[in-house]
Order: sequence, then C-alpha cells, then structure tokens
Amino acid sequence: MEILEKVTKSEYKYGFYTPLEADKVPPGLNEDIIRHISAKKNEPEWMTEWRLEAYRIWQTMQEPQWANIRYKKPDFQAISYYAAPKPKKQLNSLEEVDPELLKTFQKLGISIEEQKRLTGVAIDVVVDSVSVKTTFKEKLAELGIIFCSMSEAIREHGDLVRRYLGTVVPRTDNFYAALNSAVFSDGSFCYIPKGVRCPVELSTYFRINEAGTGQFERTLVVADEGSYVSYLEGCTAPMRDENQLHAAVVELIALEGAEIKYSTVQNWYPGDKDGNGGVFNFVTKRGLCERDSKISWTQVETGSAITWKYPSCILKGDNSVGEFYSVAVTNHHQQADTGTKMIHLGRNTRSTIISKGISAGRSQNSYRGLVKIGPRAINARNFSQCDSMLMGDQCGAHTFPYIEVENPTAKVEHEATTSKIGEDQIFYCNQRGIPTEEAINLIVNGFAKEVISQLPMEFAVEAQKLLAVSLEGSVG
Amino acid sequence: MLKIKNLHVSVDDTPILKGISLEIKKGEIHAIMGPNGSGKSTLSNVIAGKEDYQITQGTIEFEGKDLLELSAEERAHLGIFLSFQYPVEIPGVSVTNFIKTAINENRKAKGLEPMPAKELLKLIRERMELLNMDKSFLSRSLNEGFSGGEKKRNEIFQLSMLQPKLAILDETDSGLDIDALRIVAKGVNTLRTPENAFLIITHYQRLLEYIVPDFVHVLYNGKIVKTGSKDLALALEEKGYDWIKEEVAI
Ligand SMILES: Nc1ncnc2c1ncn2[C@@H]1O[C@H](COP(=O)(O)OP(=O)(O)OP(=O)(O)O)[C@@H](O)[C@H]1O
Ligand SMILES: [Mg+2]
Repeated sequence: MEILEKVTKSEYKYGFYTPLEADKVPPGLNEDIIRHISAKKNEPEWMTEWRLEAYRIWQTMQEPQWANIRYKKPDFQAISYYAAPKPKKQLNSLEEVDPELLKTFQKLGISIEEQKRLTGVAIDVVVDSVSVKTTFKEKLAELGIIFCSMSEAIREHGDLVRRYLGTVVPRTDNFYAALNSAVFSDGSFCYIPKGVRCPVELSTYFRINEAGTGQFERTLVVADEGSYVSYLEGCTAPMRDENQLHAAVVELIALEGAEIKYSTVQNWYPGDKDGNGGVFNFVTKRGLCERDSKISWTQVETGSAITWKYPSCILKGDNSVGEFYSVAVTNHHQQADTGTKMIHLGRNTRSTIISKGISAGRSQNSYRGLVKIGPRAINARNFSQCDSMLMGDQCGAHTFPYIEVENPTAKVEHEATTSKIGEDQIFYCNQRGIPTEEAINLIVNGFAKEVISQLPMEFAVEAQKLLAVSLEGSVG
Repeated sequence: MLKIKNLHVSVDDTPILKGISLEIKKGEIHAIMGPNGSGKSTLSNVIAGKEDYQITQGTIEFEGKDLLELSAEERAHLGIFLSFQYPVEIPGVSVTNFIKTAINENRKAKGLEPMPAKELLKLIRERMELLNMDKSFLSRSLNEGFSGGEKKRNEIFQLSMLQPKLAILDETDSGLDIDALRIVAKGVNTLRTPENAFLIITHYQRLLEYIVPDFVHVLYNGKIVKTGSKDLALALEEKGYDWIKEEVAI
C-alpha cells in the first residue's frame, strides 16, 4: 500500500491567503449585531424583521447530532458575522478589481480574464460575503434576467425576494438554516423571466478570506414558467489554522415547465494532514419543482474538513423531475456526510441519484439519502446508485439510504457498490508508462465520469483537475 | 537487449524463481513454456517492475541499464511492454482515453509534445484494422465487460500502438478462438522488426506455428530446465512435461 500512502499524503495546494482590507463587525451574536448588519447593508425594515425572527427561532434550536461526523462545536459567540472588503466603489472592468484578488485567481489557474474570454461566463465574484464584481449584467438585463448580489436584490427587487425567500428552506428548517437567515451577509440572486433561456452559464466564485469570519451565503434562484438556467458555484479557501464555519442556504424555485441546472465545485481548505484547521461546511440546499419542471444538482466536493450537505428536490408538481449527481472526495482527516432528499409529492414524478464517494487517508465519507414517495405520488420513479471507492485501508465509506414509500404504484431502485483502487490497476497503468499520480487521476476520473459528464464543459475540466489535486498533490 | 543473470525471486519469503538466466537479443523471438505455477507470470512481472517481489539474487539488464533500479513506468518508457495474462478493468476510462494517456506519457518521458489528435486517430484506425477490431471498442471502458478474447486482443492493440522494443506476451493465446489467434499472430508478425524482440509465454505450440520462435525454454519449478528450438514445443505438446522431469532428474 506504499504508493497509495505516498500520494494520499500530499497537502492542499490552494492554501494561500490574500490580504484584503476588511470592514468587520466585532465577534458575537445578538439582536443589535443583526440590526447592525442589516443597517450596514441598507436593508428595508421587512428584511431586518425577517432576520430578527430567524434569530429568535435559532435560539430555540439545537445543533443537529445525527450526521456521521465528529467535530468540536463552533463557538457561535466567537465568530464575526460580517466582513466586507474595503473597495466600495462600483466596478465596471477588471482593471478596477483589487489586484490581490486577481492574483488569487491566477494562482488558482482560473483567471477571470480567461474565464470571461474562453467561456462566456458572467461571473459574480463573492469575496468575504460582498460582491465586488458583476459582469455581463447589462446583456442579461436585456433579456429581463436579474443576476446580482443578494444585497442588491433586497434593495432593488424587494418584491421578488420577499415573495420567495424562505419558501423552500424556511427559517425553522434546521439550526444552520435559521442561523443563516438571521445573519446572511450576501450571496446571489437570480431571476429568469417566463420563457427565457439564459444564454450563458451564471457563475459565482466564493472565497472565505478573512480570519475568523463565518461565511453565511444566501442564494436564491427563481426560474419562471418555461425558463431555463444553468448556474455554477465554485470555491476555494486559503489555508488557515482555526476552523472556519460556513453555513450557506441555497433555494431554487422552478416554476411550471422551468429547468434549473445547479452545479457546484467545492474545494475549501480541508485542514492539514493531521486534521488541524479546515472549513466546516454545513449547507442547506433545496429546490422546489412545480409542474413539468426539472431541477438538477451536480456537485463535486473535494474540500472542507467537514461537509454536511444534502441538495434536495421537492417534486411538488406533477411530472416534475429531480436529479442529483455527486462526487465527494475525502482525504486525510476529512469527514463528509452528504447526499440528497428526493421528496415525491406530485404524480409521475421522477428522480435520479448518482453518488460517487472516494475516500483516502483516514477520512470518512458517508452517503445519506432519503427517497420519499408521498401518498398522492402515483407512478413515481426513483433510481439511486451509490458507489464508493476506497484508497488505502484506513478510510471509511458508509451508505445510509432511507426509503419511505406511501404509494403502492411507486418504483424505487437502489444500487450500491464499494471498490478499492487496486495495486493491480495502478501497476497496469504503470506498465503502460503512466506514472502513479496520473494513473490515480485516470482511475478516479473514470469512476466519477457519470457525474463529471453532467457538468458544463469548462467546469468539468476544472473538476477533473481538482479531483487530481485533492488526491495526488505534489508527488515527484 | 535483455540480460537476466541468476535471478532469484521470492514472494513472502517463499522462493518462486530459483536462478534464471536468459538473454534475448534484438530481432529474436523466445518462447517460454512450463506447467502451471512454474513461475512464468512471476518472471514477466519482475521484468516489468511489479512491486511485492523480493529479488534475493541476480541481475536484469536492459540495453545495458540495470532494470532493478527502475520503476515500472520507467521500464515502460525504455520500451518494455507486458501483455497481461489477466488484464485489469478500469471502469469509466475509455480504450481511446487510456491509450492516448499512455502514448503521451511515453512521449513526455522522451521530452516530446503530446501526439497531435489527428495523427493519433490515424494510428488507432490503422491498428484496429490490422487486428480486425470494431470501432465500438474505442469508446468502451477499458476491459470492462470484455470477453476473455477481447481483453487479449485489446492488449495486442495497445502493444501495436506503443511499439515497444521488448514485448512479453503472457498467455495471450489463452482464450483466443482460432481466427483471433491467427489475427493476433499476424499482428505480431507485422510489428516484428530486426530491432525489437518478443518473449512469448504459452501452454500451446499452436501459436508458435504462426509466430516462429528462435528459442523455446522450459520453465519448471522456478528454473529454466531445458532450451531448444521450436521442435521442443511440439515434443512438449505431444508428451507433456514428465519426460523432461526425468531427463533433468528433478
Ligand atoms: N503474490 C503472490 N503471493 C503468493 N504466491 C504467489 C504470488 N505470485 C505468485 N505466487 C506463486 O508463485 C508460483 C508461480 O506463479 P506464476 O503465476 O508465476 O505461475 P505461472 O507459471 O504463470 O502459472 P500459470 O501457467 O498458471 O499462469 C505459484 O505457486 C503462485 O501461487
Ligand atoms: Mg501465469
């Protein structure tokens, strides 16, 4: 097992820190802090009240215990709940972007220029909670598409936000969703009008950047009747000693006949080889499907010390479709408990779950999924496939499929496999002249292919690179 | 080209190869025959650089270089190819992607740029024709769900793409039907040049009718106990191994 040990012991390549000036509130949480955040963001009264109500709900709640993860509980009073980068003026071109930020992107090999030129992606860059850059906005506006920061949406499109915010993930949903509702600092808002096909992939890059700053992103995507949008979310975080909490909420709403494709590449700092530091990633992502609509979640999860995340679909409308494609890689001491919930309420609703877990080092990788068929969901169909791959013999892969069927016409299929990257596979590749690092890359990407192939082209290339980096690192 | 001297190999302290000496010159074809468990695959694996074997004595040289100092991929870069007795499956990796990666890694090791896509496709097409293979293979996952014979043919396809200096065929004929055997033999004969060499491991002399060896060695209990011409293969097929055991008084 020597080869595997060597290659799985390399460290996070994206650990660097960009010194941006930040405007921060003191640590701790109380109603005054929430009012302060809300005021700083020039929010209307209803929003402030909405946050305060969420805070009151949160205070009555307990942290969830059921996930297959172990960690030291964050001290919620030690976190600073708001940080905004200093440059305040509106930016119109790349030249105006903080050069430190541009350098960061260049280190990642995904410069904005390149992205813009090569991919035609409109990028809403979020650094430490506040959007500093939005592109292609005008073009999108011609089609009536709104793509902006959540703060801006609250100010400029208050009616839409007020109508949909918290309708899919209510403030009472869970501990972290309540906390997020109280303190979310920014995020993205996207609205696609009736019958419009969004011509570009909408993309946001997140980074957690300020020591001790919790990040509470809030994303809301509304696809009106018969519209289509593909949304990309990706992130990396700088190396850090103390644990960082991230508790995002993402709500998707697909109205009648609409389709939302939501893709994520998550690569936050996972902690060092010994399990120190790393991001705690407790995310609530959920989509609501009206009649004939479709929501497709695709995620490539390689980062974070702890991931707790279940992008879900509520298939409320008849004939609606939910999909979940996931690759989760854990290495060293990482722990991931991720999966999905497919809640079939309408008739002829269909869902597909493809989950690929790759565990290396001493990590623990769990799939947890719920397929629920409600009593009205005649002819509902689900197919689930959960495959685990183990590298070495000190890691763990676990599968927790829950199935609840309340309608006898439902058809639910579940398949699961566990395999090991074999020395034989690696030797076979070596014999053909392929070095071990490249061999593991090939084998792992082959294993994850069904999921990677769901990603938009340019994202897929990056995702493949990430899988390689998180498992191989700098051997040789 | 290849010089093996007094090679002793153990697995978990059990001796498997017990003093093998073998020299293969360029342009030559050598065949190794021997009963099950005699150490044929072990010898191929050790030449190719598989770990988990203890080399307790002896040396292997390839074109003057000490092979035992090199990793498996470095040996491959020198031009050593092993057609596996049991090729492994790699799900999700297409035959095309795999061979492309292999070719480009070999080129990289020589300081060359990746092969242009057009050239690669042309070479693939030629080789598939040579081996009567169907295009549909190219997009299938490597060896996944391949029949025994298809796996073997895919090994020879890779051989023909990589054009190694020394090709070791470990029971490539086992599992091939008569037509496939002829096609594979034709492939090997086409690839044969005065500059390369083949080491063919087989249980049956039939393959050796098509690919005529210069030498036939009998491997028995970890030793080469007899070496002869292609007639030796015929004699073995007729009489089995008992007479050899008697002759060499084991
Ligand atoms: N990794 C291993 N662990 C334990 N024993 C091994 C290992 N590899 C080989 N052996 C043993 O070494 C001996 C030689 O095996 P090898 O596979 O080289 O035989 P072979 O001549 O290729 O046989 P066959 O004709 O059946 O392919 C056998 O007894 C086998 O069980
Ligand atoms: Mg054998």
